[in-house]
Amino acid sequence: MGQVLRAIVEPGFFASGLVQRAALIGALVAVVAACVGVFTVLRGQSFAGEALGDIGAAGGSSAYLAGVAPLWGFVAIAVAAAGAIELIGVRHARAAFRDLATGIVLGFGFGLAALFLYLGTIEQSTSGEPVTILFGDVFLLDSSLLPLVAGFGAVALALVLVLYRPLLLASVSGELAAARGLPVRALGALYLLALALAVALAAVTIGAILSTALLVGPAATALQLTRRPSHAIAAAAALGVAAVWLGILAAWDSYYWPPLHHGWPVSFFVVTFVLIGYIGARLWSRRSGGG
Amino acid sequence: MPQAAGAPVILGVDDVSVRLGGRTVLDRVGFTLRAGEFTGLIGSNGAGKTTLFRVILGLQAVSSGRVTGTGERGEVGYVPQKFQLDPDMPLRGRDLVGLGLDGHRLGLPLPSRSRRARVQELVEAVGAGAFADARVGRLSGGEQQRILIAHALASRPRLLLLDEPLANLDLRSAQEVVRLLAQIAAEQRIAILISAHEMNPLLPVMDRIVYLADGRAATGTAHEVIRSDVLSALYGHHVDVLRVHGRVLVVAGAGHDEHPFEAAGSDHDTVEIV
Repeated sequence: MGQVLRAIVEPGFFASGLVQRAALIGALVAVVAACVGVFTVLRGQSFAGEALGDIGAAGGSSAYLAGVAPLWGFVAIAVAAAGAIELIGVRHARAAFRDLATGIVLGFGFGLAALFLYLGTIEQSTSGEPVTILFGDVFLLDSSLLPLVAGFGAVALALVLVLYRPLLLASVSGELAAARGLPVRALGALYLLALALAVALAAVTIGAILSTALLVGPAATALQLTRRPSHAIAAAAALGVAAVWLGILAAWDSYYWPPLHHGWPVSFFVVTFVLIGYIGARLWSRRSGGG
Repeated sequence: MPQAAGAPVILGVDDVSVRLGGRTVLDRVGFTLRAGEFTGLIGSNGAGKTTLFRVILGLQAVSSGRVTGTGERGEVGYVPQKFQLDPDMPLRGRDLVGLGLDGHRLGLPLPSRSRRARVQELVEAVGAGAFADARVGRLSGGEQQRILIAHALASRPRLLLLDEPLANLDLRSAQEVVRLLAQIAAEQRIAILISAHEMNPLLPVMDRIVYLADGRAATGTAHEVIRSDVLSALYGHHVDVLRVHGRVLVVAGAGHDEHPFEAAGSDHDTVEIV
């Protein structure tokens, strides 16, 4: 038993500064993404989260081109895109038109990302960065990012926790919230800001393309497990942290898997654990009659 | 209920007109609601019922006229018509009732014995004890109505507005909800305004009726309003009021070219002619 455990958790794993830093930043991001993500799922806006992550690729890559930390690019463009979404009123537009418009804007976002990444590769003659922008690598996060991640994360978390009750009511029914005199539109806008920050943090951790997985994956899983909104948030946060930590452990171990001495990407393991959790929760909730 | 005539006025709708995009949606509508009074807002789809509710809730500006009597937060409880939740949404009926108590406050709800007790009291007042712990999205239409009524009552409103609460209910659930509302109006001295395109389920409990057609209203007791001359004047053409086995049918008069018998043969007890 001890031997098996030692084979999985290699001695030195916990002592590694690389692992400690990745685990800390990853956990912070997972908690923020999960708490915001529960509202994303409640509001049926996973689509907006996906859009912000995809457009964020252009931001991350332009920051890379400019020689700035990609997190700044992700945050700037995600917040700007959230503002655009709010102005256009994506939530209210006809679904068919909305999907078309988003598809075109997303395509353009990826086009920009392709351009910036290409130019960046020529200029800086590194080839790893584009992959990191799109798919992330929590091991490569610099420790100078920690205060930034903590700061942006605190803002996003504070928004959803301070606005918790009005936001929950507005997410359940805009009509009920409006009838109580709540500023439904302003709540939606502030929530989108929190979403933009959460997506940017998730993008820098597991990559722009995969950021939605960390945002809505743990949240969607939590919804299967509990009937209470506050419990769903706690469960989603725990599931998100678990997926990230298990992902880090698996990626560490994969150093000894083929191709030998080339670890597999952490992001792959994180989204895999998110998926396993989701499928498990669905099976469990179906068997137990849905709670 | 004649005793309601002396009860305090809760809401005054005074000659209210609303014009939207050049169209007159409400045309000099006026009535008052008194404490403990059960009023039916009757009219077909597009008659202006929802616009009138939005005016009372302060969500729609009037073009002329005014609404008096309400204005403080929580004075008007509201049950919307469209309420569809995902069955997986992690929200118990009890949680939705709790949001009626303090949904406008910031932060997470701190667990307290008094809050729990008040939520339980509201849940029991609408007979929702058996299903208050299930996800709201998985409740039946009638059960959801009860939870929404408890949500609306949580702020101790003086006026309760319900937008077509019977529209998607089977006959038995509709009768139960109507009975519950009449009981709430009488016991809690709340004015209730309930909109419906079908008046018959409400006839046994309605103290007063506001009959809307094309944005104009006829108001009074059912006997004062549901009359051929009053409704003919409101519709602008002749209609007959038929009373069959205690039910009321409103049909276009003979000779009118709007296929009255086809309409009268439909499933609806009240036939609306537009």
